Amino acid sequence: MKSPYEKMMIARNIARPNFYSFVKAVFDDFLELHGDRYYGDDSAIAGGLAHLEGRSVTVIGTVKGNSTNENIQRNFGMPSPEGYRKALRLMQQAEKFKRPVICLIDTPGAYPGVGAEKRGQAEAIAKNLYHMMSIKTPAISVITGEGGSGGALALAVSNKVYMLENAVYSVISANGFASILWKDAKREKEAAEIMKMTAGDLLGFGVIDKIIPEHPEGAHVSPHITFEALKKELSEDLEELSRLTPDEIYRSKYDKFRSFGIYEEY
Amino acid sequence: MLRNMFKKTRYATIPVKPSPVIPKAPDDSERLDTASRLKQICDVNTFRPMFENIKTCNPLNFEGYEEKIAALQEKTSVTEGVTTGVCKIGGIRTCIAVMDSNFLMGSMGSVVGERLFRLFEYATENKLSVVVFCASGGARMHEGIFSLMQMAKVSAAVQKHSQAGLLYISVLTDPTTGGVTASFAMLGDIIIAEPNVLVGFAGRRVIESTINEQLPDDFQKSEFLLKHGFIDLICKRSEIKNTISKILKFHTGVIES
Repeated sequence: MKSPYEKMMIARNIARPNFYSFVKAVFDDFLELHGDRYYGDDSAIAGGLAHLEGRSVTVIGTVKGNSTNENIQRNFGMPSPEGYRKALRLMQQAEKFKRPVICLIDTPGAYPGVGAEKRGQAEAIAKNLYHMMSIKTPAISVITGEGGSGGALALAVSNKVYMLENAVYSVISANGFASILWKDAKREKEAAEIMKMTAGDLLGFGVIDKIIPEHPEGAHVSPHITFEALKKELSEDLEELSRLTPDEIYRSKYDKFRSFGIYEEY
Repeated sequence: MLRNMFKKTRYATIPVKPSPVIPKAPDDSERLDTASRLKQICDVNTFRPMFENIKTCNPLNFEGYEEKIAALQEKTSVTEGVTTGVCKIGGIRTCIAVMDSNFLMGSMGSVVGERLFRLFEYATENKLSVVVFCASGGARMHEGIFSLMQMAKVSAAVQKHSQAGLLYISVLTDPTTGGVTASFAMLGDIIIAEPNVLVGFAGRRVIESTINEQLPDDFQKSEFLLKHGFIDLICKRSEIKNTISKILKFHTGVIES
């Protein structure tokens, strides 16, 4: 049994299958579509059309590189506002043509940069949360590696949310958690242990719906196990979700997210 | 004299007139507590709190969290990071929420999210406008993933309220950052900011360490957001009530003269 910290390190492994590996193995006929139609084309988010077991879908995801050079080109999987706006454009296009949406998420978080702030990083994420909720075609999000905060949530307001066995999903990085709450970023490992960021924790909380299995040492060792399992779960859930009416799709998603939170009521 | 001016040493020491001592004008970026804010905005004796019965838990069993909350409840006049309720503003019945930076930096955990969610639902059912005074460091770390989920939850309620054709005014006060900016703060039909307040997504220090340089002083200030097109107007504190009243009147149909 791996500790949360060990899982986090597996989730960050540079050899971990990235967006394009998943798309190639799980989907057919991927056609990438670019641009947000406002400003640019973010290389940290990709998306396009694909078939999943013969069904047309829109697939979108954050993209990390499998080498330092690739990572520099992909901004280490940290999206800019135009990435979120491209994702939203493709989701709304999917809704128009009644295609389901699949989002694959592996990001340390939204990019904290000057340009990103100038072009409204917060506004872009907020608009995704707002519009994803109202999209009336089935949507499934999968945290494949790191689910870093609002930058991950902006692609994860879906009917179903899965996590890979060694993926992590959290409100902030373990490093950030330690530096804010203990003023000591070096206590990252300790933070990872108490943050409850693993797939098992989040399944227990009801925040995610399914865990996709991995090779014991991580998905990079033997990715086909993960690819096959993911394909099967996506196909089955899409089949089930496709029987819902547009209103049922919205209502069930609204009720799902409405239920999140732990508080007492007198 | 003139020659002295060109001496290198003079550059830094040209005598500057001592600035006269001006009595300090009230600073609009000074952080207000909830009671003062409600007093400034609501018509006299019209505020009725709602959802005060929703109380904080400790979902991650984070050490010292309950004690911290209890101490803050003792120290401040509020029970959590947001106070929600109904009031009248310029005679118009309105839902109002005020976040309080004195309460764990107005951070959003489950209680803040739940109170805001219910306020928007109440407003939708009763066809009321909502005014939210944002002041927050973002998501509350102590509640982990549940804090993150409040961003989606509150945004969902905002969306439903909007779909019903109702008005939401978001007022950005010092500071509005992180997950609050990246959810309901940026979703107002009309977004007002107080002058010279901090509004942004990522923290200044995080950005500085990412890009490895110092940021200008006006970075992530209200004026910066106005310039880049992300807010509708900047409004002095003394004029906020009037401005909100005016906006509410634009949305009530026939104006009584």
